[in-house]
Amino acid sequence: MVTGPRGEGRLFTDPDVDRAREFFRQKSRKMVPKVTTVREAVERFIPDGTYIATGGFGANRISTAVLHEIVRQRKRNLAFAGHTTTHDCQILTAGGCVNRCDVAYVVGLEARGLSRAARRAFESGEVEVTEWTNAALAWRFKAAAMGVPFLPVRVMLGTDTMRKSAAVEIECPFTGTKLVALPALFPDVAIIHVHRADVYGNCQIDGIMISDLDLARAAKRVIITTERLIPHEEIRQNPNATAIPYFLVDAVIEVPYGSYPGNMPYEYFSDEDHLRLWLEVERDEAKLAAFLDKYIYGVKDFTEYLELCGGIERMRQLRATEYLLDREARGEGGPYA
Amino acid sequence: MPEYNKMELMICLAARYLEDGSTVVVGTGAPCAAAMLAQRIYAPDLMVLFEAGGFGPLLPSMPISVGDSRTFYRGLVAGSMPDIMEHCQRGMVDYTFLGGAQIDMYGNINSTLIGSDYQRPQVRFPGSGGANDLASLCWRTMMITPQDRRRFTPKLDFITTPGYLTGKGAREAAGLPPGTGPYKVITDLCVIGFDEETKRMKVESVHPGVTREQIQANTGFELLWADDLGTSEPPTEEELRMLRQEVDPYRYVIGRG
Repeated sequence: MVTGPRGEGRLFTDPDVDRAREFFRQKSRKMVPKVTTVREAVERFIPDGTYIATGGFGANRISTAVLHEIVRQRKRNLAFAGHTTTHDCQILTAGGCVNRCDVAYVVGLEARGLSRAARRAFESGEVEVTEWTNAALAWRFKAAAMGVPFLPVRVMLGTDTMRKSAAVEIECPFTGTKLVALPALFPDVAIIHVHRADVYGNCQIDGIMISDLDLARAAKRVIITTERLIPHEEIRQNPNATAIPYFLVDAVIEVPYGSYPGNMPYEYFSDEDHLRLWLEVERDEAKLAAFLDKYIYGVKDFTEYLELCGGIERMRQLRATEYLLDREARGEGGPYA
Repeated sequence: MPEYNKMELMICLAARYLEDGSTVVVGTGAPCAAAMLAQRIYAPDLMVLFEAGGFGPLLPSMPISVGDSRTFYRGLVAGSMPDIMEHCQRGMVDYTFLGGAQIDMYGNINSTLIGSDYQRPQVRFPGSGGANDLASLCWRTMMITPQDRRRFTPKLDFITTPGYLTGKGAREAAGLPPGTGPYKVITDLCVIGFDEETKRMKVESVHPGVTREQIQANTGFELLWADDLGTSEPPTEEELRMLRQEVDPYRYVIGRG
């Protein structure tokens, strides 16, 4: 196959599919209970240096509990798939946990602004970066999920994004069309928050999937946090709803409100006040340190964090926002009916 | 003539370019407002898509994130990012809207960094997100942006997202799908298209009360001017009513005008 220019960026993961197959060959397929705690899952599956990828979309359906625990256990030198990351990137960089990143979207919290802590990490040289795009990382997960070493696509061509990536330009062997070969990305660990899971790790997700179907299949290990543990029989009653089958999953933890302060579709909306507070304290390193002491290092688990953030009453308000109940209560029904 | 602010003007101008029965990938903010306005007046069958996987929501309010639950509220499909991007790559998506820290005369966009040391930039911005993907794959790319010399710059610090690259034929030579590229740049001063021959920015209409000199003074490179240079049509009363009462009643976006 004719190959063209190669991106200058470093490939942080191994795209070799036969080595991946050797790993997956020995991965247990036993349908055994995998319920554990957030602390144990992070201790066991995320040693320093691990390459992690988070599910969801930045501050939507993320596993905040696991991200906090990574910071609390002071994990170091992690590599990170910066695919649609916003609050997740902010937490990990505030904790000083990351030293390599495949970047598609980092540092920003969309319209809310840029994270100073994340900027510091990425501007100081503390984090080594290779550049990609959201679709590129989504398709790198897809290549890995398919078990092929690369996928040909039509993005990044002609840009510095391509030049700073680790992709290679190729020519289509059938048509001669110029394409970009994206290397498969097998993360060591995927961290995904779902609506419902059984004790074995069969998972149901409501709403958009973002890239999580491919991510769960691409990752060597999968840590699941779930709003609710459900009886296995509920999975069998509705097999159409199973997004992630148990044999991909290594740990299951029930964490109600586990995406807080992010949005969880059909459960609760994002806590914009708390996210604004994060952005504010980051302006001053001492304030950020005090904030992290209070909300992450100083609490024993995610439940204590939720209590500090207003507990059940705050969660009730965010649920009302998600369901637009506040509007109905004011008599403003029928938006764009 | 009704009173309006710059943001309202930009949103109304953008909305008029969205054809009925077409597809558009939008982000949050002004592009989303433009699409919602277009649906209510000009393009009831405009299909609005969000890169995280939302198809055709009946938006109850402005989304905060392109992946939040509003982006598929009463929608047609709660899909996925690869699904959306593959519709774009297959040629089924007509429009997209982008923003950025810097833009040059060919419509190339920088949203990655300011500075010259890639691993230690002066300012690190988010990066491409979906911008490079959408500008590579959707048929027509539009921007809604304030116009000033810092933003409209002769040389980008980093080409995150392709416009016409170095001019006519450059996208095709790079391997990007033929027939795609920047379409309109809607600023607070004027509406800019792209010259057929050079693929450089060409001003098509000047907003009411704005002069040519003012526009050139706010641009870091030489603009081309359309032979039939006109005045931008201000918002109609109907557009403003829809925009203020239905699209953005809490003034999240138009309050920034």
